[in-house]
Amino acid sequence: MASVIHFRDVVAVLGGFPALAGVDLDVDAGELVALAGPNGAGKTTVLRVCAGLVPVVSGTAEVLGFNLTSQGRQVRSRVGLLGPSGGLYEDLTVADNLRFFGRASGVDDVDTTAAARRFGLTGRLSTTRVAQLSTGQRRRVALAALVARRAELWLLDEPHAGLDAAGRDLLDEVIVGACAAGATVVLASHELDRTEALRCRHVNLAGGTTGGATGPSQARDPDGERDPEGERGPESERGPDQERGPGVHGAA
Amino acid sequence: MLRDAVLVAGKDLRLEVRTRVGLGQVLPFAVLVLVLFGFALDPDRGILDAATPGLFWVTVLFSAVLAVQRAFAVESAEGVRDALRLTSLAPGGVFLGKAAAIAVQLLVLEVALGVGVVVLYGADPAGWALLVGTAVPATAGIAAAGSLYGVLAVGLRVRETLVPLLLLPVLAPVLLASTRAFEAALDGSPADGWPWAGLLALFAVVYLGCGIGLYGTLLEES
Repeated sequence: MASVIHFRDVVAVLGGFPALAGVDLDVDAGELVALAGPNGAGKTTVLRVCAGLVPVVSGTAEVLGFNLTSQGRQVRSRVGLLGPSGGLYEDLTVADNLRFFGRASGVDDVDTTAAARRFGLTGRLSTTRVAQLSTGQRRRVALAALVARRAELWLLDEPHAGLDAAGRDLLDEVIVGACAAGATVVLASHELDRTEALRCRHVNLAGGTTGGATGPSQARDPDGERDPEGERGPESERGPDQERGPGVHGAA
Repeated sequence: MLRDAVLVAGKDLRLEVRTRVGLGQVLPFAVLVLVLFGFALDPDRGILDAATPGLFWVTVLFSAVLAVQRAFAVESAEGVRDALRLTSLAPGGVFLGKAAAIAVQLLVLEVALGVGVVVLYGADPAGWALLVGTAVPATAGIAAAGSLYGVLAVGLRVRETLVPLLLLPVLAPVLLASTRAFEAALDGSPADGWPWAGLLALFAVVYLGCGIGLYGTLLEES
């Protein structure tokens, strides 16, 4: 199994403060991993380090085969990061934002439109400024931009926050679909009921260090091999279009 | 890189169309400055006539500071800078796009201000080739330097005060050269103005080159 993330004793400093003080983490291709831990544990920083946005001060950090110490910028075009704020231009419309970030990431407008449709961002909503959207609607826009990007590694920071029940279910479907299509997903969440339902492998963080893995791994059976049934989820819960989320087909 | 520049410039100009900050705030500010200069100097018409080129370009510089601040305030919103860094855009292309959008807005503003100085100050426009040949490189230089220093302040809480502090001293040569060139054009001696226009072109080329080369590093460090 190809390793997507390989961290050994990773230290990262933010504003003179050691946000990560020795993180060990290994994630294989197609895995679904949840980072758990209290506020300030370093979950968001781990995700940003994986995206090549926070420099590694010491330790070994490899993502998608790139050494983050020297190749941090090169990994960026191959990962998708959903941050807490979404990273959208407030004064542009939903369609403007999706089109800009799609084209800036080399995504065809057709794929962007398909992702927008999947998240219900059509009709009048598409011509609404992001500043006028609710928190949940903004989240949907950011998710649509992420899905359209067809990233190999999805990094999701509190992805369920602000979404209504239907939105959460849709997000879970998209995450499962992404993994089924070969993408790797690492998410940081306080919502353990959701991450357990997704059958994530849990990695605990505390004080900027890892405290080991707990919980079931969606991608592993007891022998350490991938479990296709577990990866795909119960067949009865999946429609044909859930086999591949829009934008995830062809990922990896 | 040019494709990226067009994409970023289009996004920034679309932001302006949606918000009309330039049209609704920067342009009225610039006209107000012209009017206030007129109030201050009108009793002595001779001084106002002589000072018209300088007042025009001082007003352009003040307005440029506002345009630069606006252009980078939109990139300072939480998460936007990360989103931009995660795209495949070439940093040089982002720089050129930001600078191009600022330049387009400033050129529109300069046309409006030109009408303003004719109407309010009674300036008699002459030497059109030199006026245009000065305004274009001066605007390119202002936009390039503004984009370079604007990105430095993106991540800082004090960016509103830092941008003018960094930018205005750097733009002093532009003020000097463009004022001299405009004086020559309005005096009917354009031959005296073209060397100043050449200096402005050199300034623009230097800052465009620095911006293309350094923007990525500055974006990372900001």
